[in-house]
Amino acid sequence: MSAVGDALLMAQRNLRRIPRNPDLLVGVTFQPVMFVVLFTYVFGGAIKTPGFDYIDFFLPGIVIQMISFTGYATALGISDDLRKGLIDRFRSLPMSRSAVLAGRTLSDVGMNVIALATMLICGFVVGFGFNSTPGKIAAGVGLVLLFGYAMSWVYCFVGLIASSPESASAMITVVIFPLSFVSSAYVPTDSMPKVLRAIANANPITTIVDALRSLWVGTPAGTDIAFAVLWCVGIIAVFSVLATAKYRSTVAR
Amino acid sequence: MAAIEAEGLRKEYGDVIALDGVDLRAEEGSVLGVLGPNGAGKTTTVRILTTLLRPDGGSARVHGLDVVRDAARLRGEIGLTGQNAAVDEALTGQENLILFGRLYGLRRGAAKERAGELLERFALSAAASRLVGTYSGGMRRRLDLAAALVARPPVLFLDEPTTGLDPRSRISLWETIEARVAAGTTVLLTTQYLDEAERLADRIVVIDHGKVIAEGTGAELKDRVGGDRLEIELGDLGQVGAASAALAELAIAPTTLHDGILRVAVAPADGTLVQALRRLDAAGVAVDDLSLHRPTLDDVFLTLTGHSAQDAAADAEEDA
Ligand SMILES: Nc1ncnc2c1ncn2[C@@H]1O[C@H](COP(=O)(O)OP(=O)(O)O)[C@@H](O)[C@H]1O
Ligand SMILES: [Mg+2]
Repeated sequence: MSAVGDALLMAQRNLRRIPRNPDLLVGVTFQPVMFVVLFTYVFGGAIKTPGFDYIDFFLPGIVIQMISFTGYATALGISDDLRKGLIDRFRSLPMSRSAVLAGRTLSDVGMNVIALATMLICGFVVGFGFNSTPGKIAAGVGLVLLFGYAMSWVYCFVGLIASSPESASAMITVVIFPLSFVSSAYVPTDSMPKVLRAIANANPITTIVDALRSLWVGTPAGTDIAFAVLWCVGIIAVFSVLATAKYRSTVAR
Repeated sequence: MAAIEAEGLRKEYGDVIALDGVDLRAEEGSVLGVLGPNGAGKTTTVRILTTLLRPDGGSARVHGLDVVRDAARLRGEIGLTGQNAAVDEALTGQENLILFGRLYGLRRGAAKERAGELLERFALSAAASRLVGTYSGGMRRRLDLAAALVARPPVLFLDEPTTGLDPRSRISLWETIEARVAAGTTVLLTTQYLDEAERLADRIVVIDHGKVIAEGTGAELKDRVGGDRLEIELGDLGQVGAASAALAELAIAPTTLHDGILRVAVAPADGTLVQALRRLDAAGVAVDDLSLHRPTLDDVFLTLTGHSAQDAAADAEEDA
């Protein structure tokens, strides 16, 4: 069978578990809702976002941050498949060698669509409004999904190198979590102490959030959009190669 | 023709030598048992033969295909049941088998039909649409075995298929494996239990520390251990001499006394226990307890290596 067919079978396998596993469903629906509502009402008044409604400034940030976490389940899932011997079984089958990871990243796109729709609806309810053209709004949606796809490959790699789901979880908490906060997602980087500001400005998440803001609410874009796309493509190129190589040589633990 | 042939397989993990030159051979349609304690190198051997791991040295062919060079083609010819039941707990039994069938290249309809057949054969029809997460250990193992058989592979690898199962599930799994063999499939199975290897395998290779230390049929291996063993607890230790004399005709080696228990090596035969009891009774020896022991993996190990299987497993853990 073709590589595409095998990948679709694997994606279907992953998507099937969503309605069956309340944790996954909460992750892509309730959690984004909670973040949008809490952040808007708890911090909305305290953070100054010159020239913008806080919610307009904030929603692109929360969207990117939430999307940067969707793949968490993928990392844990792959790590669990390794531990249970499923990866061994898949690797012993006459299937395409890229299908397991391609299937994961494809089903993550599905998860991201659900999460994004949830956040936009919730955003509208609390007062978010696009200030842009339909073409740019659509480009923003594309950027969000591209970024989500790139993060999926990062999570695939994490799932493959972690010795257990617990350690995958720890790696994510230590590396990806701080990275998503030390960015322009919630506050303008100008307001940060010097060292943090330097990190935040170099952080691809800042670039991508700024690009999304400019596409959706019309902040000045500069070179952000081109760089944002470049970052995503770069992450995909590097991590798909790393993860695929690791998958081929990995042994169950 | 040999369905499985391996020569001088070597594998190292850092300082640990997992395989130190393993040779194997299984004729088509036969069952080869790979017997060894924890850490002996059984799983490593299976991983190499099923293309999951590249050997550091040596070569192997399965079904005429080289496990390294022809790996991609070989995967269509083998079924693997790993040490854990590798099935997806978030899918139903039927969904699992359909998924594996389709990954083996079956069309949707054919995969569904095949899944139905296997569920029926493995007594899982009633649980077909239940999530595997709710299955018992025995049911998971059966589903795992069914998954390995989806594509009717000519060569089947089973890595410790019954470890962790209760005795009843164990016997029912043995029967299933026997049925496969009757159907002409070549099977390589690993186990830590001599009785399992003896029941299922035509030939057994015993491995320890990554080396083959013995090879033969179950009966041949047991003969090397020196047959069965009578253990007698005497009411009066003063009668040791009389008891030994009474059993002299049955014994195939000098009797030993250890911790108050008299041990007599005997040839495996029916009625040994009754005969022994009659002779002791006739000689007027008072017996508190009398039992007959078949050789275990541990006895085989002790005889072949001078150390017990438990020690070998402990060594392997230390090495790791
Ligand atoms: N991935 C690995 N990394 C390091 N050592 C390993 C790995 N897999 C197996 N070993 C070591 O190789 C030896 C053989 O292991 P294995 O083949 O799993 O034995 P068995 O299946 O007979 O219990 C053991 O000492 C084990 O600790
Ligand atoms: Mg093992």
